[in-house]
Amino acid sequence: MTHSSVPSEQQFVRRFDSRDRILHGLLMLSFLGLAGTGVPLVFSDAPWARAMTGVLGSFEVAGWMHRVCATLLILVFSLHLVRLTRRVVLRKDWGILWGPYSMVPQPRDLRDLLGHMRWFVGRGPRPSFDRYTYWEKFDYWAVFWGMGIIGASGLFLWFPLFFSRFLPGWIFNVALLIHGEEALLAVGFIFTMHFFNGHLRPEKFPMDRVIFTGRISVAELEEERPDEYARLMREGGLERIRTDPPPAWVVRLGTVIGATAVTLGLLLVGLILYAVLN
Amino acid sequence: MGFDCTACHADLVSAELPHATPVAKVDCGTCHESAVAAFDESIHAVARRNGAAHVAATCVDCHSTHDIRSASDPESRTYPLTLPTTCNRCHADEETIAKGHIAIGNVGDLFKDSIHGRAISRSGLLVAANCTSCHGAHDIRKKDDSQSRVFRANIPQVCGTCHEGIHTQFTRGAHGAAWASGQTDAPVCSDCHSAHSIERADVGSWELDTVNECGTCHLDKIKTYRDTFHGQVTSLGFVRVAKCSDCHGAHEVLPKTDERSMIAPGRVLSTCQTCHEGATAGFAEYDPHADKDNRERNPELYYASRFMHWLLIGVFGFFGLHAVLWLPRSAMERRRRHEPPPRPRDENE
Repeated sequence: MTHSSVPSEQQFVRRFDSRDRILHGLLMLSFLGLAGTGVPLVFSDAPWARAMTGVLGSFEVAGWMHRVCATLLILVFSLHLVRLTRRVVLRKDWGILWGPYSMVPQPRDLRDLLGHMRWFVGRGPRPSFDRYTYWEKFDYWAVFWGMGIIGASGLFLWFPLFFSRFLPGWIFNVALLIHGEEALLAVGFIFTMHFFNGHLRPEKFPMDRVIFTGRISVAELEEERPDEYARLMREGGLERIRTDPPPAWVVRLGTVIGATAVTLGLLLVGLILYAVLN
Repeated sequence: MGFDCTACHADLVSAELPHATPVAKVDCGTCHESAVAAFDESIHAVARRNGAAHVAATCVDCHSTHDIRSASDPESRTYPLTLPTTCNRCHADEETIAKGHIAIGNVGDLFKDSIHGRAISRSGLLVAANCTSCHGAHDIRKKDDSQSRVFRANIPQVCGTCHEGIHTQFTRGAHGAAWASGQTDAPVCSDCHSAHSIERADVGSWELDTVNECGTCHLDKIKTYRDTFHGQVTSLGFVRVAKCSDCHGAHEVLPKTDERSMIAPGRVLSTCQTCHEGATAGFAEYDPHADKDNRERNPELYYASRFMHWLLIGVFGFFGLHAVLWLPRSAMERRRRHEPPPRPRDENE
């Protein structure tokens, strides 16, 4: 290795480009906004719901904020789809459809899942993960599916006069139910499972800043994603993605944003649990 | 007009002046026969006979002794605008309330900010309901006495004395019909409006309370209402969205099967359109009381609900277990990575 004088903990490679990070940041912002203004409606009979909407002034203000965040999220989702389409159509980058650089579930994901579970109970080695693990893919598709379902049902509810011109009335009953339940699934999943898998589990605790800095240390890459590391070493790709260590201010900013999001998210989960258990 | 002292103090007719004191008790019934007869049946008289003679009101407590004036005289204690103050001498006095075991407590407090109370105290409206308008004057009876003006079954009639138009609407509606047929649990005016602290119908908190009041009988309807956007927003304390009466009417509530009903097939669209301008027939097909547990009524919603139910259980069940199993392993992993490599043993040790 050319940088052999520097320990691999202090060597960095790029994992997410600036657009990935900006889109994830906007996703976080709009998601928190949607959750914060939507959850009080679903749990409108909980004692905290009134106080929470009261802070916003009125349900009209909450509704307005919900729609602003929804518009932002639709924009984020559209930009993501545009980026994917460009990669496939313009750059003929078929790698995003299959293989280690693809989010598409593949046979190895099932093998990794089973292997991981065996490792949990001490009955096998830890699977040698590649660029995207099965739980990261699940996160991705959960959000993908969620945006489609919650987005579509949300638009029905936003423009009922328009949609009722050609859709039957029961669609709106179903849309309201799905919108709430699916949002509950998304909020609950992101604020518990995604937080745990990505940030709060002991190896990552208190958080993994890779989505904010875009960079991962070579040591971490080798430890956590040995297959990707091995392939990069084999094909000499590591040097192509080598980058400086993240600037201190980026790490600090990431810490603040991440900690804020985790705190707000867990608070919301706490309120939901309080309402559900009551 | 005017009477000699002896018109009331009959025992002094032949007395020499100055007369001896105390004088005998005056019997108002000598002249006011019917008023005293009514009073004898009243809660005040009953209480006096049952040992509360020192507490319960008698003629002089409301009419005074020597300064008795006609109820139409603004100086009178029984003048409509003064009457609540007269009743409050006992009914807003904590000591009297305690001694007389008056169940409702300080009713003066309840009444003073009510729409009727303000109409009297602020607007000086002679026609506003005061205590006697509902309770009667001499023959005030307990509310569980079937002859009482405020006995449950008599309330619509009493309110209708002034609110004749509302009374007519009420009797045309389903609640009024149930009331007229003697159904004792049929709602009457006071169930929604309360008795003493009646508010204007556009007071938000009261409008929202009324939704819950409807729900005390219509349990299944309030449950499905709370599942909708309308019900959620009102539950958060906002009144701008549809409440029960916006779709069903207030006094003239009628079942869907009655063609005069606001929710009858022929009228429901125009009911939706009062808020949702431009609503179409498809829009009005929305079921504002859809029940996700009722497969017959809302099959699509039923299956959607079951699907979401199991999806939530599946996802949280699986990933919950996944996380629980992962946690100890992840902690071991962290220790392994953070542990310094084992030091070579010092041979002198």
